[in-house]
Amino acid sequence: MAKAKFETPEFRPYPVIPVIKPGVMKDSRSFVSKPGMQESLGYPGELVDNWQEVAINKLGELLTKYRSLRVYLDTCVKCGSCTDKCHYFIGTNDPKNMPVGRQDLLRQVYRRYFTLAGKLFPKLVGAKDLTRDMLDDWYNYFHQCSQCRRCSVYCPYGIDTAEISMAAREILDAVGYGQKYCNEIIEKVYKIGNNLGLPGPAIRNTLEGLEEDIKDETGVDVRLPLDEEGAEVLFVPPSADFFVEPHVDGLIGYGKVFHQSGISWTMSSHASEAGNFGMFIGSYENMRRVSMRIREAALDLKVKRIVFGECGHAWRVAYAFLNTLAGPFDFLDKRYPIPQHICEFTYDLIQKGALKLDKSANDHRRVTYHDSCNVARATRMGHKPGGQFVIPREVIKACCNHFYDMPSDTIYDETYCCGGGGGLLTDELMEVRVKGALPRMEALKQVTDDHQVTHMATICAICKSQFTKVVPYYGFDMDQIISVHQLVGDAIVLNVNEV
Amino acid sequence: MAIDVNGKTVDLDEEGYLTDLKDWNEDVAKVLASQDEIELTESHWEVVKFLRDYYDEYQIAPAVRVLTKAIGKKLGKDKGNSKYLYELFPYGPAKQACRFAGLPKPTGCI
Repeated sequence: MAKAKFETPEFRPYPVIPVIKPGVMKDSRSFVSKPGMQESLGYPGELVDNWQEVAINKLGELLTKYRSLRVYLDTCVKCGSCTDKCHYFIGTNDPKNMPVGRQDLLRQVYRRYFTLAGKLFPKLVGAKDLTRDMLDDWYNYFHQCSQCRRCSVYCPYGIDTAEISMAAREILDAVGYGQKYCNEIIEKVYKIGNNLGLPGPAIRNTLEGLEEDIKDETGVDVRLPLDEEGAEVLFVPPSADFFVEPHVDGLIGYGKVFHQSGISWTMSSHASEAGNFGMFIGSYENMRRVSMRIREAALDLKVKRIVFGECGHAWRVAYAFLNTLAGPFDFLDKRYPIPQHICEFTYDLIQKGALKLDKSANDHRRVTYHDSCNVARATRMGHKPGGQFVIPREVIKACCNHFYDMPSDTIYDETYCCGGGGGLLTDELMEVRVKGALPRMEALKQVTDDHQVTHMATICAICKSQFTKVVPYYGFDMDQIISVHQLVGDAIVLNVNEV
Repeated sequence: MAIDVNGKTVDLDEEGYLTDLKDWNEDVAKVLASQDEIELTESHWEVVKFLRDYYDEYQIAPAVRVLTKAIGKKLGKDKGNSKYLYELFPYGPAKQACRFAGLPKPTGCI
């Protein structure tokens, strides 16, 4: 695990379209899944002999199942609008990391086997055979896409590269050529209950220790309940919140918010993971299996509401798909969003005056906010359009006197990915991760220079882990990354309930 | 991947973690640390031993706060924080210390 050798990109004086360097990231490759992991997810253990036939059949199946996929593969006019919008292309210069270049890896094969012109005159229409080289390019470059969907914001046709990348990964899994990072994690959810592989007793031990810490620090008994039947709220955090920093301070913040709200809540050792890597691999079936654990826990614990913690893609799955995957949730209280995001929950309490917040507790911090891609471009919070941008910022501003946004073309729906989303948060992809973080780091540098920003807050476990790891490459300190609910937790005045 | 420890071949996975956790002994830990150009001091061993004991009980490495608290209790409050752990294990207490301690790599969004 020696440090990977590569050069961290320089900050650019002003943004330019990078000069292309074909093939420079060809060998940047994540580890391939092991047979046991593959089989746990319902896929062949290793690359099948007739992989070409299986892959083409699978592509055909997906084209029928998802009409959008065929539309995306058909409609690109090579206008070039997306080319410089991908953080991985900006950071690596590899043209296959241009959104259109990435899409074309699948599009060329689609044309060869599923269009008349491609079958008859492949060279004229840019159609290519599915060779082993092509399959390897699929593996490498579809695992250099964080499925962040920034490119789709700029595409005049709305082509969603994430959906193409998910389809490609599903085909790779179907031929027995899955990625270790994602599939090992999904297997752990099935076997143990969360991405980390934390068994129930370890979660309980961890939470008890944190309760002691809060008591030591504040003198107040703030509970972090686990598996308590009859609670009003089932709270589902990403398992990283139990395990690492700065996430765990967000978990403490959630606990303080629930404490002050007076609403009974519980976490679950069965549904101890908000994240759902089934989405990253484009697998409806695996996404459903992971989601079902939340339904099962909600029923077992007889809760009335479900609230999700700070986890980006979890919120996409929860907001957009949960009802289809694991519904109907007719047993929950319909007066509240089903499910609800912790930022919505906290924001509602702030609006009602139910939380007393001392902003000066965060006066030593000058804060900016990183919009996580899945929250920004695939979901909403609250009842108004754009709530997913406004609500987290309003929560921060209610807790901090010093808040500054990064440049406007790097936030809201134009936000840049942290560089580690979509199943790329693995050490062997460190070069891709560091280089892909470049645009976000440039934006952070700008608010640091202009407003002396000291902290970047965010609401996604992957963003937090990715940033703490990569910001030192750009001259920042890992402690500058913070959970939104740590800001809340630090500002909250306990036991002064005015409702 | 494999390493040679006192004439015995010990298998590692592609990420440098023991394939068979039973292969671990202190000499194995020293060789694993030397791959990352780290010489294990008494301070490292404190952490490594705590990780192994915790793993025996819970089948997972301790969360960072569990670890910092335990170290703080044992070695004093100034050492009960992640800054101290990062000084010992620059690549992060979760992944690097687990590797030296012969535990599986923690996975997930970390």
